[in-house]
Amino acid sequence: MPSLGADMEHGKVVEWLVKPGDYVHKGDLVAAVDTDKTVMDIESFQDGVLAEFLVDIGDTVDVGTPIARITATPAELPPAQPPLTSGTLSPDARSPLAAREPTPAHQGAEAGHPEPAVKAAPPVRHLAHTLGVDVGRITGSGPGGEVVRADVERAAADTLAAAATEEAAAPQAPEAPAPAEARRVRSSPLARRLAAELGVDLQEVSGTGPGGAVTEDDVLSAVPPRGRPPREQVAEAPPSEAPAREPAPEAAEEAPRQKRPTAAGGKAETLRQAVGALMSRSKKEIPHYYLSTTLDLAAAMAWMQAANQQRPVSSRLVPSALLLKATALAAKEVPDLNGFFTKGAFHPSSEVHLGVAVALRHGGLVAPALHDADTLSLDELMDQLRDLVSRARAGRLQRAEMADPTITVTNLGDLGVESVYGVIYPPQVAMVGFGRVLEQPFADNGMLGIRHAAIATLSADHRVSDGLRGGRFLARIDELLQEPDKL
Amino acid sequence: MNEQDARQAVAAAIGKVAPDVEPEDLDGAARLRQDLELDSLDFLRLVEVIAETTGVDIPEADYPAVATVDGLVTYVAAHG
Repeated sequence: MPSLGADMEHGKVVEWLVKPGDYVHKGDLVAAVDTDKTVMDIESFQDGVLAEFLVDIGDTVDVGTPIARITATPAELPPAQPPLTSGTLSPDARSPLAAREPTPAHQGAEAGHPEPAVKAAPPVRHLAHTLGVDVGRITGSGPGGEVVRADVERAAADTLAAAATEEAAAPQAPEAPAPAEARRVRSSPLARRLAAELGVDLQEVSGTGPGGAVTEDDVLSAVPPRGRPPREQVAEAPPSEAPAREPAPEAAEEAPRQKRPTAAGGKAETLRQAVGALMSRSKKEIPHYYLSTTLDLAAAMAWMQAANQQRPVSSRLVPSALLLKATALAAKEVPDLNGFFTKGAFHPSSEVHLGVAVALRHGGLVAPALHDADTLSLDELMDQLRDLVSRARAGRLQRAEMADPTITVTNLGDLGVESVYGVIYPPQVAMVGFGRVLEQPFADNGMLGIRHAAIATLSADHRVSDGLRGGRFLARIDELLQEPDKL
Repeated sequence: MNEQDARQAVAAAIGKVAPDVEPEDLDGAARLRQDLELDSLDFLRLVEVIAETTGVDIPEADYPAVATVDGLVTYVAAHG
């Protein structure tokens, strides 16, 4: 499990992008990993054949834990084995990498860890039984290895995909009360998958399909509002157990709403907490200083408007693209603002990977990198920016995009804010802010005119740079914007 | 294009760019940038989708005319 950010402590594989037997090259995408902030695609660090997975989809593991084994030759692949009970981490794993395995089956023969007793709240067991999933086969991703709803839903989807459904009685967890009575819910695989994605408990949905089956429309109309984070699941389980037994869909609407770790609300909450922790750390550790300047955008806006008139919609530029390019070029020239402060020292970066702060529609913020932004043409930067922002909002960013920013830009101009002073993302040492493009009066040679302008700010780490360097940086951005055709 | 079709096309395009906005809840007076929270990239994407689905190209100079849902509908109806 690689570290995908300064503050990342653990991650969860949510999808394998390759399968055992595949040859992977260094740099190939091999898995999608869910951190608290977003889902990121990670790449292989070496060449070889993917031998086996060492963690299950849905397992939360610490950074540094081996998640897959890559061998040099196919001959070293272990023979295929029939599906075994819940997987555990293999102690003699060699290299940290991931591979594709859509079913819960995997080689557990080398496992050295004893299997923990399966913990799951009664409504979760109920769901598992209903979906035909053996709770004992699932490795829980909740605290203490507890099996949570998401694990069950995922296992159910996997089981459907593999067409290897098992009707297994769920073993009793030591402290849990007796499981609730099962009500078999009939539904199509599409409805089940939709329910899993939206966090809807099929138990609580009244089916309008044949024989009372739950259809996709039933699921859509039953989408509850945002739930609380997974930590509160265990506490909620006992009081909600009684309502969960009732087959009536109107009952216990509170219970399923509170235990949806993968729902948009839960995700936004964990993201907010992660960002909050990072911001607190930033303010504690980094002595920020702040500067601002007004950029003269007359030339830049005139140039851009003229260029856009001749372009089809799909290749039009937005002012952000010019501001970002100018920032990247300026950062290349003022290395005190571009790099990482780690282990008590500043390490300037020879590349400029410009972090772009993107607001997510359900709340939250991510700031993935535009790699080598100083080398991109304006058109390339514009294309990559659009792609990056849409993937950021869809929650599909790559490891390198999350880990690599050497300096970040926050642009709140679209919100109408005149200026924004950002909080530096450690281990970076600077954050640039742009407000909206204003039309303001200005004096030139005793004459009064109107021009486009914007306020640019710099928040910087005083351990690494001071006002002189910071001021030079902002002034340089302004200078670069006077020659937009050279950007 | 008649206003009905234009309104449908606009609602569909907004739904594509901002999936969390319910087409039924679209208030005609809603400002695209401020009330629907579309940023400059979202707005560009919206203009792109409108061009793809209705064939109506909106040059930058006309952006102020399409700042609200109604404004956009009127524009698309007039040029579609």
